[in-house]
Amino acid sequence: MQDFGGAFSLAFSLVLSADPSLLEIILLSLRVSLSAVLLACMIGLPLGTLIAMARFRGRSVALVVLNSLMGLPPVVVGLLIYLLLSNAGPLGWLQLLYTPAAMIVAQTVLIFPIIAALSREVVEQLHTEYAEQFRSLSVPTRQAAAALLWDARYSLLTVALAGFGRAVAEVGAVIIVGGNIDHLTRVMTTAIALETSKGDLGLALALGIVLLSISLSVNAAVMALRLTSARFAYA
Amino acid sequence: MPEAVPIRRPRQVTQSALLGEVKGLVYEAGGKRLIDAVDLNIPDDSRTIVMGPNGAGKSLLLRLMHGLLKPRAGRIVWNGRELDSRVRLEQAMVFQRPVLLRRSVAANLRFALKLRGRPADDEIDRLLEEVDLTAQANQPARLLSGGEQQRLALARALATRPRVLFLDEPTASLDPNATAAIETIVQRAHERGTKILFVTHNLGQARRLADDVVFMNQGRIEEHTPADEFFDQPKSQAAIDFLDDCLVSH
Ligand SMILES: Nc1ncnc2c1ncn2[C@@H]1O[C@H](COP(=O)(O)OP(=O)(O)O)[C@@H](O)[C@H]1O
Ligand SMILES: [Mg+2]
Repeated sequence: MQDFGGAFSLAFSLVLSADPSLLEIILLSLRVSLSAVLLACMIGLPLGTLIAMARFRGRSVALVVLNSLMGLPPVVVGLLIYLLLSNAGPLGWLQLLYTPAAMIVAQTVLIFPIIAALSREVVEQLHTEYAEQFRSLSVPTRQAAAALLWDARYSLLTVALAGFGRAVAEVGAVIIVGGNIDHLTRVMTTAIALETSKGDLGLALALGIVLLSISLSVNAAVMALRLTSARFAYA
Repeated sequence: MPEAVPIRRPRQVTQSALLGEVKGLVYEAGGKRLIDAVDLNIPDDSRTIVMGPNGAGKSLLLRLMHGLLKPRAGRIVWNGRELDSRVRLEQAMVFQRPVLLRRSVAANLRFALKLRGRPADDEIDRLLEEVDLTAQANQPARLLSGGEQQRLALARALATRPRVLFLDEPTASLDPNATAAIETIVQRAHERGTKILFVTHNLGQARRLADDVVFMNQGRIEEHTPADEFFDQPKSQAAIDFLDDCLVSH
């Protein structure tokens, strides 16, 4: 068991020396979470846009479901994906359990409702503003959707960043489907959980510092986007 | 053989060539009849000004004639064709508050031109020149002044080369200079053959622009006469009161 001060100085030296095993974990984290955000956007943006623009029976039910899915507990998502991907599960033949792919799937499931629900809000607000003008110009639905997405680009980017923030910080889902295997599926959050329990506070703290700075950068980026979009009246 | 004497027709709205025809138009919302069995003949190639007190139904009538709202009953025919999405392609509308895309001035025009399949740069330049926004081409549209925004909205409407241009109080929140600029553009569009249907509260503007005046009150059309006749000898008490109010408030 290291002492506290020792843990901190080890943590800083790991970060400052760009320790290879630390880097490996960070890069895998980023790869998994960025892929998940990309996939979640590919599902969530069209879904959110559809619900924003369409009026159909059961729309309010869809909204309630979507909003509740936003708060899905990561461990529950992890468990469901585990059941799907385990050898006995319906997708067991894919042999994805305990691979980064499984972690990407789990995080995608976890955050696409966030992307969909938040983008629905953003797009619907713009749609309300543009609808009559678009009708007057006879803008076809597809082009209207594309125009809404484009004009909401700054807000949607902050939505994606919010999704990324949630993905990169969650531990419950990736630890279940990834297993925290060294050099294979070990990401920042699972490593922190494991190293802390093993008493290797230095590595855990180093990863904690990196995770915190990522989260800070994401928030700074969101803020910068808000300011930029407001300055150019894109907000 | 006596020389044919040209028949002097009184200039009457119903006798010019008809562009549009509204018959028995009814619109209801919130359990109220807001447009009440309106009949209207719209002469071709003229500037028709719609006037009337607040809440008379002027905006609703324009939206109905442009197909933005579905009437409860009645027919709207343009050029002998029932109003549908095809017919609407030949119309454009400018609203009191312009809704501009969150893009540059030029990109707003490109968007409209693209919709009609001709997103040419020289067309954009021509339109920008037309509304005197060449210098602002690359500025974000929503940072323009109120008058500039409305000029851009007008340019976007003209980009679709409409046969009929609806304008719903486009200068209501503009100062006299900006108002004059809009009127000039509208006037030029009319001279090039665009039918103008213009709602205004501004008596001076109505006098400047009107060929004929539609006077609305409580969801009905009370009068539709040549402009001079309306301003000099309004027939209905509502119109007399309305014109008095306008004089007092201006
Ligand atoms: N969707 C609606 N539901 C209920 N009342 C409406 C609706 N739209 C307009 N109205 C009412 O219809 C009347 C006419 O509206 P409008 O055409 O906007 O008047 P204006 O002549 O001032 O343009 C107003 O009294 C307005 O409050
Ligand atoms: Mg109105």
